[in-house]
Amino acid sequence: MKPARFDYVRAESLAEAHDVLAAEGGEVSVLAGGQSLLPLLSTRLARPRVVLDIMRIRGLDVISHESQAIRIGATVRQAKLAAWPDLAGGQPLLAAALPFIGHAQTRTRGTVCGSIAHADPSAEIPLVMLALEGAILLSSARGQRRVCAAEFFTGLMSTAREEDELIEAAIVPRRQPGHGYAFREFARRHGDFAIVACAAIADERGARLAIGGVADRPVAFDGLPLDEAALDEALDRIAGALDARDDLHASADYRRHLVRRLGRATIAEARQCRA
Amino acid sequence: MPRLSADARHRVAFVLNGRAVEGQAEPRMLLTDFLRHVLGMTGTHVGCEHGVCGACTVEIDGVPARACLMLAVQADGAILRTVEGLAPEPGRLSLLQQAFRRHHALQCGFCTPGILMSLDNYLRDNPDPREDDVRIFLTGHLCRCTGYVPIVAAALDAAARLREMKETQT
Repeated sequence: MKPARFDYVRAESLAEAHDVLAAEGGEVSVLAGGQSLLPLLSTRLARPRVVLDIMRIRGLDVISHESQAIRIGATVRQAKLAAWPDLAGGQPLLAAALPFIGHAQTRTRGTVCGSIAHADPSAEIPLVMLALEGAILLSSARGQRRVCAAEFFTGLMSTAREEDELIEAAIVPRRQPGHGYAFREFARRHGDFAIVACAAIADERGARLAIGGVADRPVAFDGLPLDEAALDEALDRIAGALDARDDLHASADYRRHLVRRLGRATIAEARQCRA
Repeated sequence: MPRLSADARHRVAFVLNGRAVEGQAEPRMLLTDFLRHVLGMTGTHVGCEHGVCGACTVEIDGVPARACLMLAVQADGAILRTVEGLAPEPGRLSLLQQAFRRHHALQCGFCTPGILMSLDNYLRDNPDPREDDVRIFLTGHLCRCTGYVPIVAAALDAAARLREMKETQT
């Protein structure tokens, strides 16, 4: 199918983008790399009156160091972040997850913040944002605000972004000394949407595990024990409590099984990386 | 700030295979349709039209990307290469295309333009790839004829010959 009609607006500054969103918010789809929005337009799941292209706004294409965090601007493409020399040292979990996003041929254009805005429940970047307790910097003509990842993802492809707001940057906490990080996912083929994806952070006391692909948004669990028997028990409890669903790709039971297996393997890897 | 109205057609101009081209497009027109229907460059194929199959992969500003996941108006000012730009002259195939022919890396040929554009770019950045990496890279393309084995063989063969060529040149 072909997209329905829309006006195309190319913002040249953040202020211009804010003006368009303030005036026509509910009717606007923000276009960055287009790797999630264009399929929605072509299948007409999205029929905006206005497509607001933000890719030519100067200054948004920047990855920078903040105190204790990495700031990833709205138009930074996934391939650019993957090639950033400070990434593996700055935040190994993000570095581990990036190769799983789509394919090499979509990461060249897809943006980090676009994936956050799209909020697909199997997507890697929202999962990593939740696991690391990152924040999303939203801005509008009214001002700026930061929303933590746990509050930002509100459901299936739904977020806390208001209609007049733009994601200006993602704020990713830097690696903490003494913590180990690991990312694993299971898909039928590399590059497919994950059936289950896991991100784990371990320190000497316990582990935090974030799980994607199972519920309508990524979910995270704190304080998992490192003792193997106790961990298995905890993972059983988590898998049983998750709102897993059957679909074309996997049954709910299979997803729960994967949560146990992948969860354990991911936590084990995070513990190893700590050493 | 430019606002292109939904109901009108607008001038889109970019560099295609080293030549300046231009045409008219509604905002909703995909780059694939602009290439094929406005410019008449039908080498770029349209498969799934939502970024999954890889048939429409072209090179946009030096990197491989899906032409179906881009609006024509977004490409204004860009530098594009399509499969028509691979052969050095009419009647002579590129080294990668020759390898595809030698290894029977295509049957129906529908997916081939996209795979060639992907691999042409990939082999430039990765002159000596491992087979596993080529296979992971090719997950961005669907081929329903070959079973991929001859495509992988052609890619590795082309990489080896490109390396050889570079060595004899230096």
